[in-house]
Amino acid sequence: MARIVVDPITRIEGHLRIEAELAGGTIKDAWSSSTMYRGIEKILKGRDPRDAWYWTQRICGVCTTVHSIASIRAVENALKIQAPPNAELIRNLIICTQLVHDHTIHFYHLHALDWVDITSALQADPTRTASLAASISDWPKNSATYFREVQEKLKAFVGTGRLGPFANAYWGHPAYRLPPEANLMATAHYLEALEWQKEIIKIQAILGSKNPHPQTFLVGGMAIPIDPDSQNALNADKLMTIKRLLVKANQFVEKVYIPDLLAIASYYKDWAAIGGGVGNYLSFGEFPDPVSGKLWLPSGTVMNRDLSKLLPVDQQKITEQVDHAWYEYKQGGAGKGLHPFDGETEEKYTGPKPPYDYLDVNGKYTWVKAPRYEEVPMEVGPLAKLLVAYAAGHKETKAAVDMVLGHLGVGAGALFSTLGRTAARGIDTLLLSRQASVYLEQLIDNIGKGDYRIHNNEKWDPKSWPAEASGYGFHEASRGALGHWIKIKDQKILNYQTVVPTTWNASPRDTKGQRGPYEAALVGTPMAKTDQPLEILRTIHSFDPCLACAVHVADATGNELIRVRVS
Amino acid sequence: MDGKNKANEDSGRLSVARLLQEKGVSRRDFLAFCSAVTAAMALPATMAPKVAQALDKVQRPTLIWLNLQDCTADTEALLRAANPTVGELILDILSVDYHETIMAAAGHQAEAALEKAVQDYKGKYICIVEGSIPVKDGGIYGCIGGKSFHQLAKHVCGNAAATIAVGTCASYGGIAAAAPNPTGAVGVKKAVPGATVVNMPGCPCNAENITAVVVHYLTFGKLPAMDSRGRPLFAYGKRIHDNCERRAHFDAGQFVEMWGDDAHRKGYCLYKMGCKGPATFHNCPTQRFNEGTSWPVAAGHGCVGCAEPDFWDTSPLYRRLPNVPGFGIEQNADKIGAAFAAGVAGAFAIHGVANAVRGKSKPADKTSEGEG
Repeated sequence: MARIVVDPITRIEGHLRIEAELAGGTIKDAWSSSTMYRGIEKILKGRDPRDAWYWTQRICGVCTTVHSIASIRAVENALKIQAPPNAELIRNLIICTQLVHDHTIHFYHLHALDWVDITSALQADPTRTASLAASISDWPKNSATYFREVQEKLKAFVGTGRLGPFANAYWGHPAYRLPPEANLMATAHYLEALEWQKEIIKIQAILGSKNPHPQTFLVGGMAIPIDPDSQNALNADKLMTIKRLLVKANQFVEKVYIPDLLAIASYYKDWAAIGGGVGNYLSFGEFPDPVSGKLWLPSGTVMNRDLSKLLPVDQQKITEQVDHAWYEYKQGGAGKGLHPFDGETEEKYTGPKPPYDYLDVNGKYTWVKAPRYEEVPMEVGPLAKLLVAYAAGHKETKAAVDMVLGHLGVGAGALFSTLGRTAARGIDTLLLSRQASVYLEQLIDNIGKGDYRIHNNEKWDPKSWPAEASGYGFHEASRGALGHWIKIKDQKILNYQTVVPTTWNASPRDTKGQRGPYEAALVGTPMAKTDQPLEILRTIHSFDPCLACAVHVADATGNELIRVRVS
Repeated sequence: MDGKNKANEDSGRLSVARLLQEKGVSRRDFLAFCSAVTAAMALPATMAPKVAQALDKVQRPTLIWLNLQDCTADTEALLRAANPTVGELILDILSVDYHETIMAAAGHQAEAALEKAVQDYKGKYICIVEGSIPVKDGGIYGCIGGKSFHQLAKHVCGNAAATIAVGTCASYGGIAAAAPNPTGAVGVKKAVPGATVVNMPGCPCNAENITAVVVHYLTFGKLPAMDSRGRPLFAYGKRIHDNCERRAHFDAGQFVEMWGDDAHRKGYCLYKMGCKGPATFHNCPTQRFNEGTSWPVAAGHGCVGCAEPDFWDTSPLYRRLPNVPGFGIEQNADKIGAAFAAGVAGAFAIHGVANAVRGKSKPADKTSEGEG
């Protein structure tokens, strides 16, 4: 069988490598490898738990808020701190804007070029492009003049002979199926989304100083003060700006992203039968009610694609194995999975010396560990979140999913696929771009009642903490179920462990030889040209990989405090 | 207009495209001509750009962006750039020949694009590096296409006209280099000693500062003036404290004592909440972020000192800065930074003691404002 290697996988966050075996134009087997390691959790040991959100935020600059959220939740859980309602609402708002922003960038800038042939847009008729666009959306910018302008710009760009980031790609590949007009429409919106994302993420700058890496999270609350009578706090003016930006965010999703998604998907319905993967789904749910803590989107698992059974999540069933990852367990030996609280890990590279051509996929071949739930691999992400909510009968989710399925004329079975993953991300964006306004209104209501509290100070001083504490924080992040586990001793971090969405999805094989979700999803994928990995990119991108997130290490046994250079 | 741009112009004048233009043939007609020639040669339409390239020597400067041991936040920051926008940067100003986060090609095609750019524009392209470079154990902690980050950096930065290290990781090793630095992470300058490097620390680097350096380089043909830490003075020449909008409250002794208190709501000074503005050289207060929307102090959280080397190990977020000698605004980064690092490291080493006196010390009266 022919072995193909795709490294780097581009248009993702981080460093991912896929090795695959091919026979008869179809992928027979695949191995997912992450080729970068930093050791952030090892670095975290001995530091102030109140700082952990800032450190773990640096795990990833794309999903730039998610580790902060999980981290403050973990520390608050360990120390039994309840943040005030305003802080919870602001967190919900930040989560919504993060996901809407992140998903939209993923669709247009990371994933679209797998389906859209930019060079074909040069052949499009701008007038017919405008008619096509008008038939699916009343977005006011979609005029013939507008599409002509974009096409002229594209022609001038191509005319320079320097295609920059679009060079050496797969243009003209037989797996591209959109007519020139749809390609031009999507290309125009690719450029438009670049401008849009810059605008709507200002919501996070208003609430949290900047994006990427907003500097605003606090154990016990948030750092943005609230006072309608101050120019240095969250006041009516700033709230109205957020409101305006939320409307702008929602309109683009409703009138551009979703119509584009549906239009493009309608040409690629065969991808609703490709890329299914492991068939087990895990979601932690999200959006706690600021008072009751009840989640708006439910948590749960769906096993073996059975939507009739929704099972509750038990965090104790989560373990991580390292049989095929470049780590070693000092105790327990091979074949043992450890719960994050008891996780014990030390990097031990056994791969080839760079430069190398192939990895030894029968041995250890990645920096990503293999998380398992009741010893089986689980897919996480917008699709898992949606399936869990769908199985739970969540009203808004059900309506949105049925709308999309109805539009494409396919059944719920189509969701278990590459196309299903991509559609689910769009549906998630749609739901959250609506839900964000609910949290803003609740925040405005609460402030209107005179509640300006933003931080619970009771346990800010580490002297008020118990000698030992442990806890965990869950967050349903852009790429799925994210968990942080922390052990605190003598006011310092004793152990910190993160089990991250891409760790689940990019996982290697486990001790039983079960493939991880990427690996399983690639099996059976057809490839029209074996030297051009377009189809591999489609399925891998449908997961929205985030490799910096996926690789981590913690050591539960060490008590060594960090050493500080004294100059 | 310096020599380099003029040279470009001269070679452009000699190009077929320019000659045709001088004869009154429009750009559009030129491209139609290229398409016709392509068709005449029985090549697919997608070859037309290649034909145009062969005929048209006017070229945008090449940019190679390497994502190494990073979190991609600097790339995300670039996506938020206001002037020029990333769209303008990619389509009109530079030829971004390699950038894994946005490029369409993957695998072998991506590797080929990188190598082509390095070979075709050797000594002429700009390289931007995001992320640190792990050098321990033969560089095994970071690989792309089977090559280590260190091997790639030596090759790509070593052949660049100039390398811009964006973010604290590429500049000084950043978070991965924090104790105990498990992977031996270092910044570009240390990993590739011979390269011409400008450091743009910050976590992430402010997008406007990245584009400002690029525009500076394109305009003047050289890198901007730097301090001893390789940072451009236009962005890192003054302390946060010098230009802080809350400076008047510091001078008046008006401090936030706890998150959400009256002073916090009124926008008083965050020094007592751990703000590192007095020891951090960066233009955040004036440049701000997200098209001038805000910056940390304006949004109620202190500066963490992210543009300073080793800030990860020397400045716990909420630990109050120790008494920093010589607070005068004419102090440069070298003097202040050294004193700051020594002071904070000392305080951190005696963690328990520092905690015990927290909230009781009176920092403001010891800062010797204006004496230095």
